[in-house]
Amino acid sequence: MAALASGYEEAYPGMWKEVCDAFTAATGVKVNLICDKNLEDVIGPSMQGGDFPDVIHLATGREKGLTEQFIKDRNIADITDVLSMTVPGESAKVSDKIVGGFTDTSVTNPYGDGATYLAPMFYSPCGLFYNAGLFEEKGWSVPATWDEMWELGEKAKAEDISLFTYPTTGYFDTFFYALMYSVGGADFFNKATTYSEGIWDTPEGQQCFDIVAKLASYTNPVTPAQANDQDFTQNQQLILDNKALFMPNGTWIVGEMADAPRAEGFQWGMTALPAAKAGGTGPSNNSRAKTFIHAAATNLDAAKQFVAFLYSDAACAIFAKGGAVQPVPGLTDNLEGDNKMFYAIYDNGTDAAMGGFAAYNAVAGLGTVREVFFDPVNGLVNGSVTEQQWIDSVKAASDQMRANLME
Amino acid sequence: MRSSKSRGRFLALCVAPAVILYAVFMILPTLNVFRMSLFERGAYSPTETFVGLANFKALMNDVKFITAMQNTILLIVTVTIITFFFAIVFAAILTREKIRGQNFFRIVFYIPNILSVVVIAGIFSAIYKPENGMLNSILSFLRGETVMVLWKDQPMVIVSVIIAMVWQAIGYYMVMYMASMSAVPESLYESAGLDGAGRLTQFFQLTLPLIWTNIRTTLTFFIISTINMAFLFVKAMVAKGMADVGLSFMYAQKDAGLYGYSMAAGVVIFLFSFLLSALVNWVTKREVLEM
Repeated sequence: MAALASGYEEAYPGMWKEVCDAFTAATGVKVNLICDKNLEDVIGPSMQGGDFPDVIHLATGREKGLTEQFIKDRNIADITDVLSMTVPGESAKVSDKIVGGFTDTSVTNPYGDGATYLAPMFYSPCGLFYNAGLFEEKGWSVPATWDEMWELGEKAKAEDISLFTYPTTGYFDTFFYALMYSVGGADFFNKATTYSEGIWDTPEGQQCFDIVAKLASYTNPVTPAQANDQDFTQNQQLILDNKALFMPNGTWIVGEMADAPRAEGFQWGMTALPAAKAGGTGPSNNSRAKTFIHAAATNLDAAKQFVAFLYSDAACAIFAKGGAVQPVPGLTDNLEGDNKMFYAIYDNGTDAAMGGFAAYNAVAGLGTVREVFFDPVNGLVNGSVTEQQWIDSVKAASDQMRANLME
Repeated sequence: MRSSKSRGRFLALCVAPAVILYAVFMILPTLNVFRMSLFERGAYSPTETFVGLANFKALMNDVKFITAMQNTILLIVTVTIITFFFAIVFAAILTREKIRGQNFFRIVFYIPNILSVVVIAGIFSAIYKPENGMLNSILSFLRGETVMVLWKDQPMVIVSVIIAMVWQAIGYYMVMYMASMSAVPESLYESAGLDGAGRLTQFFQLTLPLIWTNIRTTLTFFIISTINMAFLFVKAMVAKGMADVGLSFMYAQKDAGLYGYSMAAGVVIFLFSFLLSALVNWVTKREVLEM
């Protein structure tokens, strides 16, 4: 078993160890755990030598793209039957313990053949984070539509505050999914994430680009200079210092910036993206942690049991200590503090956009989704890339991605 | 006859460990890089397909690769020239002139070299910070108004990388030149002084020619290591896509699941660094002067 030590493990060190021990206690199967922040670097070399962990817990959309590579190489075991297994130590079936909709997205079922390959893990609403204290002090209300957003941008500008910032361009993935969903609904979202022909020529496509481009013009100008792995916390600091109003992020931000200095009266707030049309609901999104089994796992049955166990009450309780929430029904009722407010976003009728850009066969010269779609945002902010250049390269890449879709 | 045979066997035995290690860990992997550049496969996938030279063809048309190589060349040229200029000048001053605290300067210049690149990236992140960063604060103080240079953003990003790399490299090469400069006999300077040669003339007519062999060797070293160092600095300091160099392109392709393609990039960079070193060696060839 190899697990990524994400912000949750940092918040509660030993979280994965405890889960593994609980699994051993429940089933008698011993688990060897590898847990690291840079998991790809730790298990990568031995995997290239042919030595694979049976179960891997990682996220999609990471810079090393290990999960995506496993999907592209068809290196993941079909775990559809895990859904009908009983959770070890309990009487419930796995499928009953996963919130509906989580196991039939393009991310969990990457080949579109109805089979589930990746088990959805910790979900958290990804939205725009802001200083609720500042909004209260200024008497501003959180914009519900993009038009209100731009109005607020002007108001803030008058007070020398930028409307927007982002830690790195990588944070645009969940943002962009939510944006596509809010602009064009499920239909547009599905077409766009499968690179449907001409999808970026539609008014909805254009609107997505326009919103990001406009947001770029309202972005704190120092952002791109700090949008790297070394300095991204300084961009997050802009929110704490009231130098920018909103940033896309996940619920781990509270723990991540816990020790950072902040403006007086600072209070975390989180909102879904503004609605694209008045009256519409702004959806929020799920983060992308996944657990999967190597296709040639030596202990396939034990591995499947382990995956099933991750949805048990015992495991959920341990994950909750680190602030990680499994997509298990009823779990959000027991949340406390900031998390309670963050997850309440789902109760406010926000439609969760699930899934993401479909997997395509890697082709020389064609970049990754992040390189094509999100990295140019730095250029939009600093002026080295125009909106049209960005759109053109997205269109060209999108066509190529469609031609190389995984079947 | 018998003794020379056993002597040969003994020698072969002595060098065998080194040769075997070198072959297993250097030659084989290098050959493997060439082989893999002709295939397409994911880094972790069990299957591979032979694609011939297709990877290289794609590489030549890949704008990102060309930009990355341009950045690499720019870094090699500028960093080399600036580093060598300062390293030689500082070395000459510290060996030839009587300056208080020579050892102090020597240590101060050398320290960056023992720091890891991650630490250097951390230091420069404080220096380049747009708001209240060290560099911008100094500039603001000098100009008397708030200066906001975005050092890690376009278009200054490459300059920032150059500054950090030069800062890191100067000390090491300075110490190297100080060692060879102090080997130049004092008597030569004395007689040159009697012949009426000033300090500058002494430097160009005596010091430089006498340490030329050393400069040549270190130049080759430096160019090869800069290809690697540029990658480390860019990776640790700036956002992906801002100032990508050859090796960062290679890594990005591996992460995108194009192992063969990234190996093809590796082959091109390998040949490039080999040819460049050969070229530098040839251009700097001079008659070796004996002291």
